[in-house]
Parts: sequence; structure tokens; C-alpha cells
Amino acid sequence: MKEFKKDSFLTPFCMILEVILEMVIPLLMASIIDDGVMKGDMGHILMVGGFMLVAALLGLLAGIMGGVFGARASAGLARNLRSAMFGNIQKFSFSNIDKYSTAGLITRLTTDVTNVQNAYQMILRMCMRAPMSIIVAMTMAFIISPRLALIYLGAVIFLGIFIFFLISRVMKYFQEVFERYDDLNASVQENVSGIRVVKAYVREDFEKDKFRKASENIYRMFVKAERMIVLNMPVMQFTVYAVILLISWFGARMIVYGDLTTGQMMSLLAYCMNILMSLMMLSMIFVMVSMSSASAKRITEVIEEESALKNPAIPVMDVTDGSVQFDHVWFSYNEDIEKSVLKDICLDIHSGETIGVIGGTGSSKSSLVNLISRLYDVTRGSVRVGNVDVRDYDMEVLRNQVAVVLQKNELFSGTILDNLRWGNEEASEEECRRAAEIACADEFIERMPDKYETHIEQGGTNVSGGQKQRLCIARALLKKPKILILDDSTSAVDTATDKKIREGLSRELPHMTRFIIAQRISSVENADRIIVMEDGRVKGFDTHENLLRNNELYRDVYESQNKGTGDFDEKK
Amino acid sequence: MAEEKVKEVKFGRRNAGMPKAKIENPGKIFKRIMGYVMKYYAPHIIVVIICIFVGVLANVQGTLFMQTLIDDYILPMVNSADHDFGPLAGAMIRVAVFYLIGVAAAFIHQRIMIRVSQGTLLRLRKELFEKMESLPIRYFDTHAHGDIMSIYTNDIDTLRQMISQSLPQFLNSIVTVASVLISMFVLNVPLTLISLLMVAIMLFASKKCAGLSGRYFTAQQADLGKLNGFIEEMVNGQKVVKVFCHEEKAVEEFEEKNEQLFQSAYNANRFANVLGPINAQLGNVNYVVCAISGGILALSGVAGLTLGKLASFLTFNKSFSMPINQISMQLNSVVMALAGGKRVFALLDEDAESDNGYVTLVNADYGEDGRLHESQDRTHIWAWKHFHKADGTTDYVEVRGNVEFLGVDFGYNDDVMVLHDVKLYAKPGQKIAFVGSTGAGKTTITNLINRFYDIQDGKIRYDGININKIKKGDLRRSLGMVLQDTHLFTGTIRENIRFGRLDATDEEVEAAARLVSADGFIQKLPKGYDTVISGDGAALSQGQRQLLSIARAAVADPPVLILDEATSSIDTRTERIVQAGMDSLMKGRTTFVIAHRLSTVRNSDCIMVLEQGRIIERGTHDELIEEKGKYYQLYTGLAAG
Repeated sequence: MKEFKKDSFLTPFCMILEVILEMVIPLLMASIIDDGVMKGDMGHILMVGGFMLVAALLGLLAGIMGGVFGARASAGLARNLRSAMFGNIQKFSFSNIDKYSTAGLITRLTTDVTNVQNAYQMILRMCMRAPMSIIVAMTMAFIISPRLALIYLGAVIFLGIFIFFLISRVMKYFQEVFERYDDLNASVQENVSGIRVVKAYVREDFEKDKFRKASENIYRMFVKAERMIVLNMPVMQFTVYAVILLISWFGARMIVYGDLTTGQMMSLLAYCMNILMSLMMLSMIFVMVSMSSASAKRITEVIEEESALKNPAIPVMDVTDGSVQFDHVWFSYNEDIEKSVLKDICLDIHSGETIGVIGGTGSSKSSLVNLISRLYDVTRGSVRVGNVDVRDYDMEVLRNQVAVVLQKNELFSGTILDNLRWGNEEASEEECRRAAEIACADEFIERMPDKYETHIEQGGTNVSGGQKQRLCIARALLKKPKILILDDSTSAVDTATDKKIREGLSRELPHMTRFIIAQRISSVENADRIIVMEDGRVKGFDTHENLLRNNELYRDVYESQNKGTGDFDEKK
Repeated sequence: MAEEKVKEVKFGRRNAGMPKAKIENPGKIFKRIMGYVMKYYAPHIIVVIICIFVGVLANVQGTLFMQTLIDDYILPMVNSADHDFGPLAGAMIRVAVFYLIGVAAAFIHQRIMIRVSQGTLLRLRKELFEKMESLPIRYFDTHAHGDIMSIYTNDIDTLRQMISQSLPQFLNSIVTVASVLISMFVLNVPLTLISLLMVAIMLFASKKCAGLSGRYFTAQQADLGKLNGFIEEMVNGQKVVKVFCHEEKAVEEFEEKNEQLFQSAYNANRFANVLGPINAQLGNVNYVVCAISGGILALSGVAGLTLGKLASFLTFNKSFSMPINQISMQLNSVVMALAGGKRVFALLDEDAESDNGYVTLVNADYGEDGRLHESQDRTHIWAWKHFHKADGTTDYVEVRGNVEFLGVDFGYNDDVMVLHDVKLYAKPGQKIAFVGSTGAGKTTITNLINRFYDIQDGKIRYDGININKIKKGDLRRSLGMVLQDTHLFTGTIRENIRFGRLDATDEEVEAAARLVSADGFIQKLPKGYDTVISGDGAALSQGQRQLLSIARAAVADPPVLILDEATSSIDTRTERIVQAGMDSLMKGRTTFVIAHRLSTVRNSDCIMVLEQGRIIERGTHDELIEEKGKYYQLYTGLAAG
């Protein structure tokens, strides 16, 4: 915003200049008629005409400058808003990200910014112009004839009140319309994405009926709102006509009695149009501003969102080893200890250990490991990595040493190499190849036409789920982390390859602490120790054999999976 | 889930974008939009046109009155001693009456236009939605969901803009320009010609500006698209960005794209912004030039220009350039509306799912003669009502769930077949399982049974009837489907389960939920069965959503069930609990199961192993294990890759 202060300032200034110049013209007109035409003074006509021409041209210049400055200021504002938002989003912690849906964030960065940009431009260019032109026109009118100017004053006040009343009513309707719109869109979206369900159950007519009701609702609301709006035009016209007639009548009388000249009356009538046009502009601005204020609110929400995680003042810059301790950790996504998803977790993991984590859906396995790289802060207790509380580390240092392969992982558009180098920008091609080999990704990369230079589409749509997971693992390996967390990262990889990856990891990177979250027992049974989670609590933490012997829950899962191999390696 | 997010996001991007710059055949689309409006609202439009005429004429007569006022009343009165305002008052009352008529006409025209524009939109939305519901699944495969969504939002909106604002304004402007031009000619020919010359300059300037800004607008759209794509990608992968500490690099790249957009947006808006002032000020110049020449003309007494005429003329002059200004402002919105209209009509022109089936599903009952008869009640016995055209007889075949595939070939397009020569016999009550890796064609097979897609070659028979002969609605009604992606609709839990069968009673709904063990978690929700779920059930876990969609199938009570990874997100322990319910649900029904979990598959009557669109092994679990083929490999995880 600051950067474009000059432009933001100059725009209204130019607009005011334009208005004043514009307003001078009718005044000069009066002079042409009264002193030129009436008195037959050709020289006067030419001279005043020259002035008028100059005024019009200057006005043109001011108008152009105003437009240019306005464009710069508003485009600049948009740029800075986007920049501020995106910058802040980059500072978001996971809990901040969870709070907004991705779709919501994107709309804010795009549609909302565009709305604000347009409104800002409008405000800059019109907000000063319209009131100014009313004021200047009124002043001019008063100079010419205070008595007739009173008619204007009356009309302006009347219309002002009317427009205010109208807008406040209409806005209420429109807000309702927008809510209904959301309903309608929801209905369409549900049907678009759930079309198979609708068709499978032959519910087309049922849905059509629902939709018909929703759209008829909108229709009714819109008609109501617009019926109010259309009052605007006739009332405006009515006032204009009334003013013209009144001025003509009283003006005529005054001219006849010599209190007014014909030229003056004509310029008064010209002002009439100016004033009313400006009022119309103002009402438009009101509507636009109130519509964009919702967008502005959504934008500031993002800009002002404070990251839930703060780097410590004097951060620890070195992670000594890959040991992890959980000390009476409680964790809740909304800070409410009652709704904790992790309850009183105590764990002591040595550097270089391989730890399996197993448990049913919703048993908070992911929540548990997310605390290690401080993607979230604990609600109570503490998590230590390398014997230092994770909150004391510099976040970047910590996250470079604790590599997480997320459950919902993403590849970015670019070549495979580009994607792998997310882990380490300076990694040589050889290093990338090495990491891909460990993650068993090289076998399919080599089969691709451009090998490591193969272009990945946005969101990684041109690789299969299993290939994507393997690339993500390779990417994390390039960080050469002390701790590696695989959050269900091989679920789409078949059992044999899964095994190969695990073997590769322990062969190539024996000193790295590994956390493997899995649904499949076969993925974790060879781990040094296995954490069994249920309902946010650790129900067992031991080796496979001991757990089989002592832990009923573990045995249950094991048996249900039939000796640990009963899985066709398919989905997610 | 992930896929849905992407779709949502795409919607967001499309929302921000503006229509593409180029449209082919704008005239045709315009004609079509107008045709659509006229089809239902021709009388309305005629009234509107009349009202516009009346309104403009009222305005023109008012301006012409200026001349009368000055020339016939004021000047004579100034020059004479007779100050009788009576005639003037009379004249003014006449003008006032005309004005009032004008105001009334404006009011009527606006009121009618609301009906026309909103009514048209309502009709369009309904037609769009009805069309959409009738489209084949293929359409949804090939069109981004965000794009479909944006037809309802952005594109319809552009049409609203055009119908309710641009069109009346166009009409108004044209009528105004025409009548003002005539009046001006009547008042004074030379001045009119000067005026026209100035207008030509204005038009030229607008055209130049619009051309320049148009070029930059295209650039702006491209940059906006690039930036939005980047935002979409980064925000979607925000958590990954964090995990890899990639924030700074992301910001850096963002700034670069942001700066580009700023430049092009600035350029585009600069020229667009300048257009308004140029026209307005050129209008003023026009006014000035006319005033000067008018003054000179009036003074020299050439061409019979009186002072009154000059006054009227100057006012006309103002109202002459205004409509031209307005038209140039509306042009943009018309271009956008044409682009929007094109997409709206493209959807409306899509071919609906064809349905030539004539065999229908009816409730039936065995009569005393031991033969099937159609029945009006819910008998729990269903029959195919098969009318034979050849001999005009109708016979009834009980729905038992006998499904046969005979040499079926299928491809999503004609070039690439994804299923080859699939043969399959499912006897009533059997459980058939499909296993195989992603892309092997498991889901595709089930989508052929309910005719989401039509096969290229071969035959599918359902209870001995070719499924092409069965009405699609009835065919699908007889198949209960639980799909890979669960979809819940905004509404209560109860409504969502009832989606399976609309006339199910509350008891039946709850019984179905109990059958599939969904009752437990539903009871724990704040309002139980009346809990409203929104946003595709975002508040529920994936497993819970799957249970609800299984309950939905249970309440539908169909003879054939298709379970496509129906329990994939339910953890193994819960699945075991659900299993009892699933078993009782599957009992007596032909069931097709797609699953990757052994526990789900093992007790099937027949397991089909698919690879690259072919059934490579089939048999019971024990047989397949014995065979030591692909199934054995998958099952034991022994073979590499």
C-alpha cells in the first residue's frame, strides 16, 4: 500500500481537477450567451470559447492522468495484498492451514483480491469525483443564483435520503441472495461430484426437485431486491424533471423581472445533470464497496492470521542425534485439553531405532509423529529431539533434520529432478539417483521416456499413486535427515516393493531414526519396536514378538490381517 | 478425498478467471441468447421497447421545450411589458404530464425487465441442471468439475448482466441517439454536422483505446492464469512446502509472477481507465465547440438559429454523447456474456444419456396359478416386465440377480480397450470378488453392469435379459452400489441414508444403520439421526462416511449389490464388527465386491484376478492359492514387483 501512496493520492487529486475544470465550462457558457450572443460581441465569444476549450483539454489531461494513476494504485494494491497474503500463508503453521480450506485460501488470493482491486480503483476515481462534482456544481449554482440553487439543495437532500434508504434495504436483500447462492452452488457441486451416486440410485428427479426449489428461492429473492433497486431510476428521473421544470418556471420569472440572464439559466440546467449523475455514481459506489467489503474482510483475515508457531528467540541450531522423547504429551487440535487426540504419551526412542506405529483409523498415529518435527505444538508436556525440546530449535533446522513423508503428499510441476531437489537444492544428479534407488523409484523413472527429466504435471497426475509415494520418499531422503517419518507412505506400493524399500533404508541409512506408520502389520513387524495406538493412547510399545505375546490389541490386528500378509496392496 | 479437494480448488481458480478473449461466431450466440429470451418473453420485450420509446420521447420533448421556453415565452416577455405567466404555466403543465408519462414508462420497463432477466436465468438454471442430471457419466469424466460449476456461477452471471443491463441500455441508447439526432437536425443542420464530426473523433479514440487495453487484457489474463496456477499448486501442497522448509523459495517465485501480473494489470487498466475520461472530456470539447459555433451562428443570424434553439441544441448535444459513452462501457460486458453464453449453450447442447430400454422393473407377486403377476404393493418380489413387440405379449421374469458377461470388450474411447473379452457368470446369491492392481479394470466392470458406460462388443445379460433392453433407471434401481468415493449430501444423516429409498420409514432407516453397525456412531452424534451434515460430510471420518453409504445401499434393499472398496477406509478391527452386518446384507443377493483386503475377499464364491483388462485367474480362494499364480503372489507378497 505504502509504495503506491503517491498514486493513491494523485488519483483523487486529478479527479478533483477534472471535475473543477468540467464545472467551469457551463459557467463560461453563460458568459458566451449573455455577454456574447445577447450583446452581439463576437470577440467575446471567441475568447471565452478559447477558455472553455482550454478547460476541456486540461480536464482531459487530468482525467487521463487520474486514470493512469488509478490503474497503478489499484493494480499495485492488488499485488501487495497478494504478496502479503502469500507471504503470511508461508508462515502458517499446520494448525493455521487446517483452519482454512485450500479452496478458501485460493479464492481469497484470486477472486477476493480482484474484487478489492476493482472497488479500490472505483473508490479512488469516483469517491472524490462524485461528491466533489456535487459540491462544485452546488457552489457554482449558488454563485449564479442562490435562490434557484436552493431547489438543487432540496433535490440533492431528497435524493440522498432516498438513496441511503434504498441501499440499506437492498443490501439486506442482497446478503440473503448471496447466502442462497451458496446453497445453490453447494447443490450443484454435490451433484457434479456425486453424480455417480445420484445415477446409481436413480435420484435424478429428486435432485432436480431440490435444485428447482433452491433456484426458485434465488429468483424470488432477486426479484425482491431488484424491485427495490429499480425504484432508483424513476425516482431519479422524476427529481430531474421536477428540478428542470422548477428552474424553468422560476428562472423564467426571474429573467422576465431581470434578476437572471438566459445564459445563467442554461448553465444552471447543465449543472442539474452533473449533480444528478454524481448522485447516481455515489449510489453505485456504495453498492460496490459493500459488496467488496466481504472480500476485504476475508483478505485481512488471512493477512492478520498469526502463525501458531513461533521461532524461539535464541534458537538451537544443531540437532545432535536422532533420539526422540515424548514426556507426558497431551495434544488437542483446538487447545481444548478435554478434546485431546493424544493423551499422556510417554515414549523414549533411541537414535537409529526403527519404530513402527500401528493402530486403527482415528487412533492419532499421524498426530503423534507430526509433533516430532513441530508441525503442531503440544498442548501439554514436551517433545524432545536430540535431548532438546523441539520448541527450542530453529524450525528450519529441526525440519531439515526430521524429514516427514506426509500421508497426503504432493508433487509439484517440474521435472522429476526438480521435485527430488526439493529435499536438497544442491543435490547432484548422482545423489538424486541414489535416493531414488533406495526408494525403489529408479526402476520406473528409468522406464520413462525422459528419465529424470520427465515432466511431472501439476499435482503429479501423470504418475500412479505408488510411484508418487516412492518419489516423495526419495525426496525426503535427499535431506539426509537424522529422523525419517513415513506416514503411511507406502500404502499404494505393493508388498514386495514395500519390503525392498524398508530393506534399502536399513542397509543404506542405518543411523537414521525411522518412524513407519502403516495399516499393514507386514510393514512394521520387522521394526525394532512397535507403538500400538488406540484412541489417542499408547497401548503397547515393544517388539513384534513381545507384542504378539502380551498385547491383545496387536494380536487382534495381526490375526485379522492373517499372518501379516493379507492385503492386496491397492488403495491409499 | 484428495481428488475432491483438487476439484474444489479448480473451481476456485476458474472463478477468478475471466472469459477467454476470443469467441467465434458471436452473432450466432447473440442470436441464440436473444432467441431464448424472446421465446418466453416476447410480449414483455415488446412492452419494454414501447416503454423505452415513450421514455426517450418524453425526455426529448422536455429538451425541445427549452427552445419554446426561451424563444416563445421568456424573450418576448422580457421585451414586452405584459407579464402574463398563464400561457407559460399551461405549457409547463403539458410538459410535466409528458415527463410523468416518461417516468411511469421507465418504471414499467424496469419492472418488466426484472421478470424477463431473472425469469430467463431461472429457466436457464433449471434447464442446465436438468440437462446435467441426464448427461452420461462420460461427460463428467471429461470435464473438470470446476468448469461445470463455473457455468452455473460465472457464466450465468455474465448473462444476467447482459440481459438485465446491457440490452435495455443498448436499446435506450440507440433510441436516444436516433431521436436526439433527428431533433438536432431539426434544430440546426450545421451544428449537427459539427457535432457528428466530434462524435466520430470520440469513436475513433475509443476504438484505439479499447484495442490497446484489449491487447493488455489478454496479457493480464495469461499472467493471472499463471499466478493462479502457481497459487493453486503451492497452497494445495502447503504442508509439503512447510515440511521441506521451502517457504522462501515459494515466496520468491510468487513475487516474480506477481510482479508480472501487476505490470500487465496496470497496462490493461490504464488504457481502460483512460477511455472514460477521454470520452467524457471529448464530449465536453464537443459541447464547447458547438457552443462557440452556435454563438457565432446565432449572432450572425445564419440558418435561423435562435437563442432558444441553441439552448436546446446544447442540451441535446450532452445527451448525444452520453449514450455513446454508455454503449462503449457495456461492450465489455456483452463480450463476456457472449463467452459465458457459449459455455452455457455448450452444456445445454450436450447429448443426454440415451435410454432405449423398455423392460421395466415392477413389484410382482405369484398368483394362485403359480405365475408372476404385477402388483401394486411392495411385495419384496421384483420382476422384469418384458413386453415383446413382435407378438404383443408381456411376460414377467423374477429379478434374481443372475448376471452374465459374454465376451465383453470395453474402452473409454474406441481406440484403447481397457477390458478384453471378459466372461463372467454370477449366479443368484453368489459373491463375486475382483482383485488386481490399480488400473486393471475392476471398477470398470462394475460400471458396465449399471450402464454408466456402454460396451463396445459382447453382451451383458441380467436375469437372461440383455441389459440394453432394460430401462436405465430400473436397471440401476435393482443394483445397490457402494462406491469407492463416498458422497454425502447436505442434509440430515437420516436423509442421507434415505437417499437409497425415498419412501423408507424412519424405522427402516434406523434398521439399515443398525444392520451395518453405523447406528453406534450416529447415536453418539449431537443430534443423532437428525444431525445435519454439510460439505460432503467433512466432519465425519472416512470410515463413518463409508458406513453411511453402505447403510444407504442397505435401505435400498436391491437384489444385486456392488461394493467398490466399500470398506477400504474402515480399519480392520471395525471391519470385523461391520462384517456381520455386511454378511447379512449380502445374504441372498448377488454381490460384486472389489477389495484389496483379504478378509473381504476370501470367502467369495468366485474370485476374479484381473490384469490389464483381462481376467487371468478365477476360482475360490483355496483353488487360487493352490494354483500358485498371480493371486498367490499378491496374497503372500512373495514375488518381486
